[in-house]
Amino acid sequence: MNKIMSDKMIIALYTLPALMLILVLIYVPIVLTGYYGLMDWDGIGQMTFIGLENYRVLMTDSMFWRSAYHSLLLAVFSVLSLIIYLAVSVVLSANIRGADIFRKVYLIPMLLSSVAIAQLWMRIYHPSNGVMNRFLMSIGIDNPPLWLSDTNIVLFAIFVPILWQYAGFYIIIYYAALKNIPKELVEAAKIDGATPLQIAYKIKLPLISGIIKVTIVLAVIGSLKYFDLIYVMTDGGPSGASEVMASYMYKLAFRTNDFGYGSAIGFFLLVLILLVTYFIRKLTASKDDNVQY
Amino acid sequence: MEKKAFKGLLALSIASLVTLAACGGGNSNDENEATGATDSEHNVNEEPKEEVTLDFMHLWPWGSLDIYNKVVNQIIDEFEEINPHITVELELLENEQYKNKLQVISSSNQLPDVGMTWPAGFMEPYVNGEMFTPLDDILDDGLRDDFVTGTLEAYEMNGNSYALPLELNIAPVFYNQAMFEEYGLEVPETYDDFLHVIDTFVENDIAPIALGNRDRWTGSLWYMYLADRIGGADALNSAIDRSGSFEDERLIEAAEKIQDMVDREAFIRGLNGLSDQEAKSEFMNSNAAMYLIGSWDLPNYTTNEEVSQEFRDNVGFFKFPVVEGGEGDINSWVGGPGVGLFVAENSDVKDEAKEFVKYFVQEWDKISVEEAGVIPGTQVDTSQVDLPDLFIEVLDELNNASDITLFADVQMSPAVAETHLNMIQTLFGGEVSPEDFAKEHEEALSAED
Repeated sequence: MNKIMSDKMIIALYTLPALMLILVLIYVPIVLTGYYGLMDWDGIGQMTFIGLENYRVLMTDSMFWRSAYHSLLLAVFSVLSLIIYLAVSVVLSANIRGADIFRKVYLIPMLLSSVAIAQLWMRIYHPSNGVMNRFLMSIGIDNPPLWLSDTNIVLFAIFVPILWQYAGFYIIIYYAALKNIPKELVEAAKIDGATPLQIAYKIKLPLISGIIKVTIVLAVIGSLKYFDLIYVMTDGGPSGASEVMASYMYKLAFRTNDFGYGSAIGFFLLVLILLVTYFIRKLTASKDDNVQY
Repeated sequence: MEKKAFKGLLALSIASLVTLAACGGGNSNDENEATGATDSEHNVNEEPKEEVTLDFMHLWPWGSLDIYNKVVNQIIDEFEEINPHITVELELLENEQYKNKLQVISSSNQLPDVGMTWPAGFMEPYVNGEMFTPLDDILDDGLRDDFVTGTLEAYEMNGNSYALPLELNIAPVFYNQAMFEEYGLEVPETYDDFLHVIDTFVENDIAPIALGNRDRWTGSLWYMYLADRIGGADALNSAIDRSGSFEDERLIEAAEKIQDMVDREAFIRGLNGLSDQEAKSEFMNSNAAMYLIGSWDLPNYTTNEEVSQEFRDNVGFFKFPVVEGGEGDINSWVGGPGVGLFVAENSDVKDEAKEFVKYFVQEWDKISVEEAGVIPGTQVDTSQVDLPDLFIEVLDELNNASDITLFADVQMSPAVAETHLNMIQTLFGGEVSPEDFAKEHEEALSAED
């Protein structure tokens, strides 16, 4: 066995199928997208090479920057919500009664498909029959907000289910990390007279800081490329008030048949996410960082 | 030993490569051609024909559009019986996915032999990219005269017809007769009467009109009607084809009237956040009194057993009221053909495909109204068909129509349509002035030139 694994040819061979899949399904499309982004192309007929014209247009496209701002807001909220998830996980990982059930409860939204979640929340937000407005009217608010059609609140209304959807995911990650902390450390701290808050803040958090950094990166990337709930619930509307970068890209490529420009946005999005990931790693890096991602 | 294993693995990985390449390459149509000897027993008199497979892609999948789907399959079965050497292979997708797939496969030249397209703006890039083949040869032996004037034209470009329409729709205002009676209201014939109806419902705390403007084309119908009633049939059309302008004061007045209606609370609350489906259910649950939609919705108010009989009996329709002093005619409608059948330019069974399209359209026209409730693009003799009254009335209106203005978002190129639809939503949301509404249209249209 060792002999086989030391043969470079064999190693190359074993990794080849997976490598081919990744190449054909991920890297080739990325290169193609970059290539299409340099073209004036309606997705159907002839392509014309226009160099960086698409990117020049992108720089001055106010609708794109508006959607980029919305994506950024989502990223900020996603990262802030991590604090809540972390708090919940710390409580769950202490041996309290019913922790097991709560853990499952938090995970349930993750098991639903995005479209199901969208349908559910569209019912909740329905202007006249929705649970939310029914409740508000029953406590005496005559003109409850129009959650999904008021351009001032639609973005925030739609953030709620997006954050809710991923809560379980992050809680599970934190929970697993917290459970991995050696009991001896916590016990030693208790003997030294540390309060539960001190244990959480001074011992548990530093020990899982690597995981926290990973989740920050995941949350930011996930937010910047977010698409599904927005597409189903508002389609970026009304009047672009809930448009994000990915939904704007989709619209340009498939609705307005501007495939070249849509590809340029897609490629720009990729570069943007790579840059952001790099900077987050830089910012959160510490000397004894041993978590690789 | 090791060498052998290595070779085996190499073969395996190459095989996986080939499979991948095959996935990318797509399937050509002539793969399953047989020698022709196999089916000679079917064709005693004729030369044995080569067996061909015809790929047909449509957007009426089983489940959501059951009845349509059944009629399509029925026609295909009959066609295959008459032409035993042809096998029709189906691919079904829902509307939005269908549009995406069509665009993606056309960029790699893999369109099905026969498929469905929308007219005008949607079709334009495909025709310019020489993806569709002209169908004039099958129209010229008499088929052309069967179509209602204006339907075939929507699929014409550069003097050729590129698709044959399967549907024709007009958009009446459906209303709940019981609710009208309750408040002693008459069917409005003028815009002032119409406003009176709206105000009466609002005073009684009832939503007058169900409108799901998240889908945007729904709101566009309202704007189009007002534009037509104020400016006549060509105010809007000429603005779109650039012989006129959106800054035409009659079109600006139409936009003003939309905002006036919104201010009067003519539409249900939260209209910009509601889909057409959600708005429709408000109308169907008698929470709103009126609903403007295409005649494709007629089965819901006539034959659909899932809708309560009481409600179906209560639904009537009226023509969009005339605006005093306007140039429009009450018999002018907003509507137009829906999907049509195209034949791909690079199909290697073009003759069979054309034959299929011709057969399909002819059979479809015979049975689509009665079986599926779809109004075909051809003249329907209302004395010959067995249909609910409401249906017959709409068909009669269609036959008497003085003009049918094609849905604006269909007339426009995709990019302009997107601007138009966004501006419609913004207009209904009261976030743009009628003047800026016009200006945005002008900018989008002139960017195209």
